[in-house]
Amino acid sequence: MEQFLTSLIGEPLLVHVIMAAIPLLFILPYALVVIYLEMKIAAHMQDRVAYMRTGWHGTLQPIADMLKLLQKEDTVPAAADKFLFILAPYIVFIGTYAAFAALPFSSAFIGSNINIGIFYIVAISSLVVVGLLMAGWASNNKWSLFGALRSAAQIVSYEIPSAFAILGVVMLAGTMSLQELSSLQTGGITHWMILGGTLPLMKKLIVVPLMLILFLVYYISSMAEVNRTPFDIPEAESELVQGYNTEYSGMKFAIFYLAEYANLFAVSAVATVLFFGGWASPFASLMTGPFWSAFWFITKGMLFVCLNIWLRWTLPRLRVDQLMYMSWKVLTPFAFACVLALGLVLVW
Amino acid sequence: MNPVVEYFDDIYRGLKTATVGMRITFKHLFTKAVTIQYPTVKMKLPERARNRLYVNMDDCIGCDQCSMACPVDCISIETIKSTPEDNLGTTSTGQKKRLHVPVFDIDIAKCCYCGLCVYPCPTECIKMTDVYEFSEFDRHNLIYSFSTMTPAEVETARAKAKKMEEEAAAKKAAAAAAAKAAADAKAAAQTSAPAPQPEGSQPKPE
Repeated sequence: MEQFLTSLIGEPLLVHVIMAAIPLLFILPYALVVIYLEMKIAAHMQDRVAYMRTGWHGTLQPIADMLKLLQKEDTVPAAADKFLFILAPYIVFIGTYAAFAALPFSSAFIGSNINIGIFYIVAISSLVVVGLLMAGWASNNKWSLFGALRSAAQIVSYEIPSAFAILGVVMLAGTMSLQELSSLQTGGITHWMILGGTLPLMKKLIVVPLMLILFLVYYISSMAEVNRTPFDIPEAESELVQGYNTEYSGMKFAIFYLAEYANLFAVSAVATVLFFGGWASPFASLMTGPFWSAFWFITKGMLFVCLNIWLRWTLPRLRVDQLMYMSWKVLTPFAFACVLALGLVLVW
Repeated sequence: MNPVVEYFDDIYRGLKTATVGMRITFKHLFTKAVTIQYPTVKMKLPERARNRLYVNMDDCIGCDQCSMACPVDCISIETIKSTPEDNLGTTSTGQKKRLHVPVFDIDIAKCCYCGLCVYPCPTECIKMTDVYEFSEFDRHNLIYSFSTMTPAEVETARAKAKKMEEEAAAKKAAAAAAAKAAADAKAAAQTSAPAPQPEGSQPKPE
């Protein structure tokens, strides 16, 4: 993709700008679709129908919502730290969007094919915590600060099991580049990391349960990292109004919202690449090629997004102590044991 | 329970109950929604639902019983007596109408939909309908006037009633004067006895 654009345009700076903007072109329509999906799934799980009036079955409602948010008055509280208050949503969005740079959308497109892709994603998505803390602190509001503190505690704790789960996959694949990781998993569903990658059959039998546990650990902790129910104590409405974005309105609130959904896709995409073959087709050599691979990548990512929505409308919110118990006493030991066992299997 | 066993049991049950919950929500994803999409689809009201009041003025005899029964005084009625030569017609139950009803106002904003006005009505002309969509931007639009009389009709009816009353009063006064004259004559005849009060001069109770 980059070579193609360079040969087409020539100017390297312009090529970089275009490459950087392509994921954004994906995120904006994706956010509209996923907001619609979320509302519809939530409603139907509760035997309701959700929006029905704007367009066919309310399909235009996300656009109407967006227009409304754009028109809203963008207030900054008088006692807020104005500079940080305005900066915070952008930091959150930048942290989220930067992760898209290393996501292999297709066999022909990746923002930046760096050899430490997954490591970069883990590192850069920590920037989100800074943004959230900034928002909570700058709002000068007790609810916001509590939300931000909880959010920081939660994201920092859940990064450990998720990093361990990622480590397991990296050990199995022997690479941190997400593009390489995806191409390793081409050649059918049996080559996917959740089914032991390209290991011989005997070793696969031992590795598959370990990978399954690692996947569960990764998926649960990624859910916590995007601050969604059952891990949404940072914005627990019943306790904290809206958590760190209590004081935000209009466009700044919209950016937080967009960042949350973008982050949701980013973690789902990482789960896809790590365990479910990324852009690799499940049918060996059938339906491959740059466009099909983009199709598989987005479809798999959306499936995990839907799974996340499903869980969100099923499980109740965890208490703060339960949240910490889950991370430190359940996920971390399990991930650690799995990585250890996986290492032994690979050395043997 | 052994703490180690408890730890693993907790995890097992946590995962198991999550799948149970997911199964339930998945099942509900495909059950029919219970939503009634109100302005386009409406719920069937019960047969005796009490909503907006309606008065059929053709049957109203102006008896004022509904107004008296109303606990919030939202019905106000004024009546004018009709003259013997006026024919106001009969109600659907065959009762003769004797009173003009120039004012029959119901302030539906005050109405508490108790239905107490409906029962005393002798001609069953006031009743509760199943209309419940009558919100207004101006509160005064919620005062419903049911009277069918035009201002001109009211004017003539009032004039006639007044004339009739005056005539009646004049007749009464004449009768009273005649009675008095008769009594005076009687008194003059038997000077000692006190004159009895003539019946006609007493004001009749309304």
